[in-house]
Amino acid sequence: MSHPTGAEMNRDLLHPLFNTSWRFWLLVAVFGGVVLFGAVSWATQLWLGFGIAGLNWPVYWAFYVTNFVFWIGISHAGTLISAILRLVNAGWRRPVTRCAEVITVFALMIGAMFPIIHLGRPWLAFWLFPYPSERLIWPNFRSPLVWDFFAINTYLTGSLLFLYLPIIPDFAAVRDKATGLRRRIYGALALGWRGTPKQWHRLETAMSIMAVAIIPVAVSVHTIVSFDFSMAPVPMWNTTIFGPYFVAGAIFSGIAGLLLAMAVLRRFLHLEAYLHPVHFENLGKLLLVMALLWGYFVFNERLVTYYANEPAEMAVFWSTQSGAFAPLYWTMVIGNFVLPLILMGIRRFRTITGCVIASIGVIVGMWLERFLIIVPGLSQKYLPYSFGSYRPQPVEIVITTATFAGMALLYVLFAKVVPIISIWELKAGEHPSPSLIPPATEEHRLGDLHL
Amino acid sequence: MTPREPRGQPEQGRGLKAVYALYPDGASAQQAVNRLRALGLQDRDITVVSAQPMEDYEFGHIGKKTYMWWIACLGGLIGMATAFGLAYLAEYSWAINVGGLPIWAWWPNLIIIFELTMLGAIAATVITLVVTALIPERGRGFLYDPEVTTEGQVLVGVENPAQDRVSSFERELSAPPGARLKTL
Repeated sequence: MSHPTGAEMNRDLLHPLFNTSWRFWLLVAVFGGVVLFGAVSWATQLWLGFGIAGLNWPVYWAFYVTNFVFWIGISHAGTLISAILRLVNAGWRRPVTRCAEVITVFALMIGAMFPIIHLGRPWLAFWLFPYPSERLIWPNFRSPLVWDFFAINTYLTGSLLFLYLPIIPDFAAVRDKATGLRRRIYGALALGWRGTPKQWHRLETAMSIMAVAIIPVAVSVHTIVSFDFSMAPVPMWNTTIFGPYFVAGAIFSGIAGLLLAMAVLRRFLHLEAYLHPVHFENLGKLLLVMALLWGYFVFNERLVTYYANEPAEMAVFWSTQSGAFAPLYWTMVIGNFVLPLILMGIRRFRTITGCVIASIGVIVGMWLERFLIIVPGLSQKYLPYSFGSYRPQPVEIVITTATFAGMALLYVLFAKVVPIISIWELKAGEHPSPSLIPPATEEHRLGDLHL
Repeated sequence: MTPREPRGQPEQGRGLKAVYALYPDGASAQQAVNRLRALGLQDRDITVVSAQPMEDYEFGHIGKKTYMWWIACLGGLIGMATAFGLAYLAEYSWAINVGGLPIWAWWPNLIIIFELTMLGAIAATVITLVVTALIPERGRGFLYDPEVTTEGQVLVGVENPAQDRVSSFERELSAPPGARLKTL
C-alpha cells in the first residue's frame, strides 16, 4: 500500500471538514430523530412520573443504572487506552488515539446523564454537589455516590483536556486552510498555535504528564462505580473482586467500542490508508486478552460464591445459571468469551470483519453483564419479603436506544468539525532517515509492521 | 557563548518585519539554523515553525527545558490540600453520625483526596502549557506561514532583523537545498 505524504494526509483528513455529503445529513437526521424520541420519552416520564418505568420495589435500579455503568465502562476505550499507548510509545497508536479519546468524552457525558435520568426529581440533582447548604446538609463523604461525583468529574475534565490539547495543532491546520468565519473560529480554538519547537515540547510534556495522571484516575473511576454495588448488602454484590472486575470489564467493552468506531470511520470516511488491518489486529489481540481476563474474573466470582453456598447468594446464582435470567447469562458468556476467543484467537479470523463481529458480541455481552449484576441481586435479597421482579417498560427501552443513537450522533458531528485522526501525530511518526532514529524510539511506518 | 544579537527595528528602507525561508524537510532547516547561528544569532532570536515535532533534528530541541513536571506536582499538592480541607471542614461542620462510625474516616476520604490531587495536577499542567507556550506566542511571535501546515514546509527565519544584516540573513537562509526565501 502506498504511503500518504504530509500533503495527502492534510487533504484526506481535512476533507470531511470542508465537504458535506448527503450521507452526513441522513445520519444526523436518523440519529437526531432517535435522540429526539428519547428526549420526548424522558419528558413523558417527568410529566407522568416514575411509575411509567418498570422500576418498583425492590428493584429500583435496572435499565438506567445498567446504562450508567455500561457507558462509564465504554468510556475506558479512549483516554485510558490512549494514555497507555502513549506512555509505551506504541507507534501504531497514532491513527487510533483520537478516535478513542472522543469515545471517552462522549460516553462519560452520556453515562453521567443517567443518575439524573434516574431521579424522580432531576431538578434537585444539585443536592449531590458538595457545597455549603442552607439546609445544613452536606453530602455524605462516606457515600460511594459522592465518590462517583468526584471521580467522574475528574475523569471527564481530564479526558476533555486530554482530547483537546493534541487537537490544538490540528485546529491550526484547519485554520490555515479555512476562510471567513470558520477561519476565525478555528483560529480562536487553536489558541495562537504556530508550531515552534518550544510549543511542541510543552505540548508533548503536557501530554506525558496527563497520561501519567489519567491512568490511575481511569482505574479509580470504574473501581468507584463498582463500589456503588460492592458496598451494599445485596446478594452477590458485597465482594472484594468487584473493583478489578469492573475495571477489566470497562477496558474490555471500551476496546470493543473503539474497534466498532474505527471500522465505521474507516468505511464511511474512506480512511483505508490510515486505519490499517494491523491496527485492528493489534486491538483484536488486546480484546482477546481482555476476554480471557474477563473469563478469569467471572470464574473467580462464581466459584467462590458456589463454594460459600450461602442461601441468598445461591438463589441469585442459580437464577442466572439455570433460572429466569439464564438465557441472558449464557448470551453474555457467548458474547464476552466464546465469540472473542474464537474470532480473535484464531489468526485467520482476526480480520476487520472478525473484529467487528467480536466487538458487537462484546458490547451486547457487557451490557447484559451490567444488567445481570444489578437486577438478579435486587430481585432476591436476603429476606423473602423483599423478593420481586422487574420488567423493562417502553420508556426505558426508548431512552436506552436513544443513548446509543446519541453516541453515534455526537461522533458524527465531531468527525465533521475536527479531524478524526490526529494529523500532526501521523506526521510525527514519519522519521526522515533510519540513521537519525534512536533504536529505542523506532516506530514502524504506517502499514509496514509485520506481525 | 556568543553575545545576544540585538533585535533591530524593522528595516526602514524595505520595511521588513521578518525575513524567513521555507524548507521542504528538516535537514535543510537544520542547515539554515546552523548558518544563522554562525552569523552570531542565538537560539531565542531564530524562529522555527513546523507542522510536527522535529525531534530527529537538533533544532527541534530548542527551548526544551521546562519545570512542567514540578509544577504539576505542586498542582497535585494544592489539589490534595483542597480535598483535605473540604472533607475535614464538611465532615466536622455538619457531622453525620452513621452507626457510631467515626466522623472523620480516612479510607473514604482518601478517595476524595486522590481525585482532587489528580485534578490539581492536570489543571496545573494545562495552565502551565497555556501560560508558557501559548500566551507568549500570541503576544510576541508573528512570523508564520500557512504553508507550514498546508504543505508541510519548515519555516526558519528572523523576526525584526537588524537593518544592516538583512542581506546576510537572506544569503544564509537561501543557501540550503530547496529553500524558498520570503520576507514580511
